[in-house]
Amino acid sequence: VIESLLDNWWVAAVLKAVACLGVFLTVPLIIGQTEHKVMAHMQGRTGPMYAGAFHGWAQLVADGIKFVQKEDVVPDNADRGVFKLAPAVSLLPALFVLVVIPWSPGLVAEKLDIGLFYALAISSITTIGMLMAAWSSANKFSLLGGIRGAAQLIAYELPLVLSAATVAMFAGTLSLTGIAAAWEWWWIPFLAPAMFVFFVASLAELNRPPFDMPVADSEIIFGHMTEYTGLRFAFFLLTEYAGIVVAGALFAVLFLGGWRGPFLSAELGILWTFLKIFAFGFVVIWLRVAYPRLREDQLQKLCWKVLIPLSLVQIFVAAAVKLYAPWANGTW
Amino acid sequence: MAKGLGLAKGLMVTLNTMRKPTATKHYPDAKPALPPRTRGVIALFEENCTVCMLCARECPDWCIYIDSHKEVVPPKTPGARARTRNILDRFAIDFALCMYCGICIEVCPFDALFWSPEFEYSEYDIRELTHEKERLREWMYTVPAPPALDPDGEPAAELVAAQKAEPKVYEAPALQAGGAAVAAPAAAAPAAAPAAVAAPAAAAAPAPAAAPGKPAREHAEIDKEDVGVDQGVFDAAISAGLPERVARAKAKSAWMKNWKKENAATQAAEATAAAVPPAAVDESAVQAPAAEAPAAAAAGTAPDTEGAAVVAMDPGPTSVAPTVDPASQGADTHGMTGSVVGDAQESHVDVGEPQIDQETYDAAIASGLPDRVARAKAKSAWVKKARKGQV
Repeated sequence: VIESLLDNWWVAAVLKAVACLGVFLTVPLIIGQTEHKVMAHMQGRTGPMYAGAFHGWAQLVADGIKFVQKEDVVPDNADRGVFKLAPAVSLLPALFVLVVIPWSPGLVAEKLDIGLFYALAISSITTIGMLMAAWSSANKFSLLGGIRGAAQLIAYELPLVLSAATVAMFAGTLSLTGIAAAWEWWWIPFLAPAMFVFFVASLAELNRPPFDMPVADSEIIFGHMTEYTGLRFAFFLLTEYAGIVVAGALFAVLFLGGWRGPFLSAELGILWTFLKIFAFGFVVIWLRVAYPRLREDQLQKLCWKVLIPLSLVQIFVAAAVKLYAPWANGTW
Repeated sequence: MAKGLGLAKGLMVTLNTMRKPTATKHYPDAKPALPPRTRGVIALFEENCTVCMLCARECPDWCIYIDSHKEVVPPKTPGARARTRNILDRFAIDFALCMYCGICIEVCPFDALFWSPEFEYSEYDIRELTHEKERLREWMYTVPAPPALDPDGEPAAELVAAQKAEPKVYEAPALQAGGAAVAAPAAAAPAAAPAAVAAPAAAAAPAPAAAPGKPAREHAEIDKEDVGVDQGVFDAAISAGLPERVARAKAKSAWMKNWKKENAATQAAEATAAAVPPAAVDESAVQAPAAEAPAAAAAGTAPDTEGAAVVAMDPGPTSVAPTVDPASQGADTHGMTGSVVGDAQESHVDVGEPQIDQETYDAAIASGLPDRVARAKAKSAWVKKARKGQV
């Protein structure tokens, strides 16, 4: 009976959606709590200690309850409809991308043949949500943040896509499941430049320090989030952490072999995937603690003068190897 | 290249910090270990206050409020002049104004004000920060003993003076015959042992004569209203043509002398009878060569402890702290703290971080005292026990 139910497309779709939503609502919170704790200990503090009694594990739950209770304020001059819609536009892409992430060999909500293309295309919608928020807030700080964000996100899309394209080309497929299946160990050293470019570009796409010019709190309050309160503000924060999860998952699939681990790749696939995602999250947090914010010109220079040339060189080298080296095709 | 190195260094710094223990002090959960001289709150030892007003006048913030009235004490002997004394009606410190300079404590000539490390007395209403004398008195229970003196430091002036006076006091042959050194009476007959006489034993003995400490104090308090007149001396003086006033004085002193002699004798006997453990005596009377020292002292001092008794009755700091701790001859504040706590065998043994005596605490809570007071009492009880244990 259960199998026949699962064969029903609608039932399966609902179950998959619920599962994705579950991941979407819990894993980012774990990343957020990790950030609280890792950041605190890197600064010689202990971080939250009270919420939930044991080392403040429920701090983000408490934060969520607080956000729900807060008044939902819309500024008088704001473009009400756009203002209210913006957090959702910003948040939902992360949920949609989770659909195509392969967690283990058989575990993926939707085996999309153009999974990578879909993921990159959908995740760039977040930029639109951010611009909507910035423009509709009728606040100069929001607008400044939005403009900075637009410049940064659009610039960093380029190296992100180029480095992802390198991997897709190497694997010979756009399907994320296919890429993970085709992955081989020697890709790590060989694709290291692409890995670096993808990681830095992901950081910039997420507005994470040191690329947090768009929300630089000491300069422009909180960028596009300045006018937001309560749950809508929480959505923007969740966007950031869900973004880390999604970026980490993509990074793991593209460069670290997804569910593959040193042993029992098939059985412990989920474990390896999450291990890689959390390692990615840790490094993201680590960089936030260690490095100061890049200035706007430094940020653009890094993108256009370092990352894009580097990813172009990588894509040419990878293409040459793919075309002329028989061992890269598995036909050796 | 140098740039990349800096980036790596930054990562290492944060990573190493993460591996080290945090610097956070979990204050409300873990109480801070405060040094004993912490300026937390000012305690008033009300019994010592003479309403001299020096503290109130020296206070830079004018945050000490004192009210008092005078009472006439009727003369003790017929025809004498009536005395007046100050009665403290109100003593309050407004800790909202206080800047914790400690000048009041420094300036108090009678050691009525002390620092206590307690600091948790914030209030929701600023008026509550004015602590009246009852509350200031309660803080006394939290005043820690002063730190032990530097063993290599110079001895206190009082001690030096007492040591100089010592041969005069104990010239009597009875003592020497007994074989006991000068220190013996201090140990065996502490009733008559004032700080000055205990001094020789001081350097080596941390706590003089634990067991006999208590009877000592009871007996050392002399009821001066009992002072009588030696009729024989009085008559002789009158017949010698001395004025009546002088004659009476002489007679009175003669009576006193007699009384003390008797008193000292009884006390010495009692003290020995109180079964002094020889070990304790050995410890205190370092210079006493043999364990029979107490007996010798008890027998020998009877007629000769007059001098000692006189010192004991001196209205100096010793009257408050009969068993003066040798480690703090200079710091008589401790003696007072000791008497506040009611501990005659107090010594400056460092008992470490005070904990709470659960029994005392429960009893205090049961008797309706506020938690803060109960805690202070329990803490002082614990310190007391700990000291006893170490003595």
